[in-house]
Amino acid sequence: MSSTPSSSLHLAVALDGTGWHPASWREPVARPRDLFTAAYWADLAAEAERGLLDFVTIEDGLGPQSSHFLDPDERTDQVRGRLDAVLIAARIAPLSRHIGLVPTTVVTHTEPFHISKAIATLDYVSTGRAGLRVQVTARPNESAHFGRRTVPRIDAYDSPAAQEVVTDLFDEAADYVEVVRRLWDSWEDDAEIRDVATGRFVDRDKLHHIEFQGRHFSVKGPSITPRPPQGRPPVSALAHDTVPYRLVARAADVGYVTPHDADQARAIVAEIRAEQKAAGRADELLHVFGDLVVFLDDDPAEAAARSDRLDALAGEPYTSDARVFTGTPAQLADLLGEWQAAGLTGFRLRPAVLGHDLPAITRGLVPELQRRSAFRRAYEADTLRGLLGLPRPANRYAAAATA
Amino acid sequence: MTKPLKQIHLAAHFPGVNNTTVWSDPRAGSHIEFSSFAHFARTAERARFDFLFLAEGLRLREQGGKIYDLDVVGRPDTFTVLAALAAVTEHLGLTGTINSTFNEPYEVARQFASLDHLSGGRSAWNVVTSWDAFTGENFRRGGFLPQEERYSRAKEFLATANELFDSWRGDEILADQETGTFLRDAKAGAFVHTGQHFDIHGQFNVPRSPQGRPVIFQAGDSDEGREFAASSADAIFSRYATLKEGQAFYTDVKSRLATYGRRPDQLLILPAATFTLADTDAEAEELAKVVRRQQVSGATAIKHLELVWNRDLSSYDPDGPLPDIDPDVSDRHISQGRAQVRMYRDPLATAREWRELAAANNWSIRDLVIETGNRQNFIGSAETIARTINEYVQADASDGFILVPHITPTGFDAFADKVVPLLQERGVFRAEYEGPTLRHHLGLAHPDDVRDERAAS
Repeated sequence: MSSTPSSSLHLAVALDGTGWHPASWREPVARPRDLFTAAYWADLAAEAERGLLDFVTIEDGLGPQSSHFLDPDERTDQVRGRLDAVLIAARIAPLSRHIGLVPTTVVTHTEPFHISKAIATLDYVSTGRAGLRVQVTARPNESAHFGRRTVPRIDAYDSPAAQEVVTDLFDEAADYVEVVRRLWDSWEDDAEIRDVATGRFVDRDKLHHIEFQGRHFSVKGPSITPRPPQGRPPVSALAHDTVPYRLVARAADVGYVTPHDADQARAIVAEIRAEQKAAGRADELLHVFGDLVVFLDDDPAEAAARSDRLDALAGEPYTSDARVFTGTPAQLADLLGEWQAAGLTGFRLRPAVLGHDLPAITRGLVPELQRRSAFRRAYEADTLRGLLGLPRPANRYAAAATA
Repeated sequence: MTKPLKQIHLAAHFPGVNNTTVWSDPRAGSHIEFSSFAHFARTAERARFDFLFLAEGLRLREQGGKIYDLDVVGRPDTFTVLAALAAVTEHLGLTGTINSTFNEPYEVARQFASLDHLSGGRSAWNVVTSWDAFTGENFRRGGFLPQEERYSRAKEFLATANELFDSWRGDEILADQETGTFLRDAKAGAFVHTGQHFDIHGQFNVPRSPQGRPVIFQAGDSDEGREFAASSADAIFSRYATLKEGQAFYTDVKSRLATYGRRPDQLLILPAATFTLADTDAEAEELAKVVRRQQVSGATAIKHLELVWNRDLSSYDPDGPLPDIDPDVSDRHISQGRAQVRMYRDPLATAREWRELAAANNWSIRDLVIETGNRQNFIGSAETIARTINEYVQADASDGFILVPHITPTGFDAFADKVVPLLQERGVFRAEYEGPTLRHHLGLAHPDDVRDERAAS
């Protein structure tokens, strides 16, 4: 199978608090007092679904948000506190019909067994719309919240010691994804037989111990939860460098990357595709999505003014790992087209202010892309894998049994 | 002076992975699909039940080294289902069993606080602790917890989770868009816990939830378990649903509360109970017998006997006599992953007693297992069941019941339609929910009010 996309691109939105700009909560449309209510998240998912988006991701973390990359900042002028992303996704699943729900999970301190069954269950409660975004953490304060291990402190990201830490964390993440997927496969699809004649509820030959043994954990299996509707819900990860690109290439269905121009996009895609080939996955569909922070207005000057206004409120210019776009839906559509031509198969947009920029995506950008025949006009599938063009995977254990 | 009528509390336990659940019935639906959970929860809410209850088991049971295949096998993730059910119900409490051995306090506290926010204050936690290495094989931490440490871990786990729940007071979020102050206090969520099992510190990242803390359930029955409940729980999920046993348990546990400065109404006793409902008492008795035979097939009877004999008995005929050989009393047990194996403390005596019973009554293996197994707790017409439940509660055998039907997911439909209205007519069960949170339904104070009360006294 080719990894070349069709002319239609894929579009996801990243949900985080009131939006990605740290001062977004101060906008009148922001609803900061509703952040810890189900209705807030249900409304966001409904808006994203109105725009026919492929999926939403939901950010998460095992400690307070921070403007510092390793330590808590004890700031009181930004949104702090968040709800568990898997549970937000589950809470809004019965209220939506088509859109994929992709919560973030920190894999460094959590149990792959729990997450595997949680995402399988999210897939059941959403009837096939679950995904998973894996994230590692090297934050010392988050290690202290668990007290089970210490992650060596990263002082200079480029130092050999830091690279070793990062490599180790991402290797663990790859093992984690492997365990999560094996557990999803640990029940064959037709394991539940309900054979009244013999009194057997399951055919136990179709339940499998996964027998995973790794450096950080060993997991026996099988899962307690039957194989989810999608077989394997899509796994995704954000990647900024070679080590995480390798995780995307080896273990993900969707990678999020942060190029700042088309040439960078082309180079990142080439690196990931090479790693993908090296990992023996050349014939599998692997999406590479570009991440962009967006300020969208019909008048480009208004978008720029909004960005300036929020920077002034924040007291400093906003910087991001991803490119920050300010402009009109048509200008953004141009950019997405250009980057798509550079090899990206889709985009994960990070609305600067959710209350403003999410509707600007669904009511401005999406119609613009549709006019260019670059985006769907109706949901064409019932599952997230279906929307992403990913076939339902065969069960590795069923294949082994019949081989 | 006549004693005022107690209000009954009722809960709906989603049928589990044991032979109470009759999956062979043509009406039996999926135990995994969300539509089953949604139907079950909506029925419980229509009946104005206090809450829905989900059990948990973190490894598929095995017997004789093989996955046990005769009962329902498999279940979804507890937290995820409860969060989704919050979307299809408005008032129903959402109670889940979550193990304190194979989780960490920071994570579980986040999940319960999140569930409490996302349900508008309807979460409850049945705290259980296991120690078996068998289940531990599915987890990073393994199964190294010594059995004698399980209550000390459970107590410290719950105490630590409470410290995390209480690390936000509830007034920290200003979100003042004018002044730009989101948090009143930069240290919101700060905690330090140093103990035998947990040594953690930092900042909890979920603000105070509507109930302050989830309602806490405890299910252990040992002396330690009862003390744990008396000191730390809001409700007990007990196993004593008969009148006499229920009264003894009720008196025992409620009498332990004073030691901890708590009143009897601050800990509810809610036994697990089964029921068989039919148009008449006679029909219900007949139906109950049929259900018990459905629950114990010949194959199930042999497997059940193996739990006592601790041997492979697959060569025995379930319709024939009991084995002549004695149970294997070595340490290795044939069954793993179920609590039941600990119930037969003297298997040789049990075997002797069962052989005598079977001989005296001319019972086959299957007859014996059915007859010595549990009868349904409430059997009869709607009138009989309503009257009996009310009698038990007014006689202090319990404060209500956690009912488990034998059919998924429609097993409560008739109970909701027929029994609940009779309880409402008697004035002992709510006709409408009186508040938004599970604490309201159970008559439990908000933790902040309890704290204030203690401070004032």
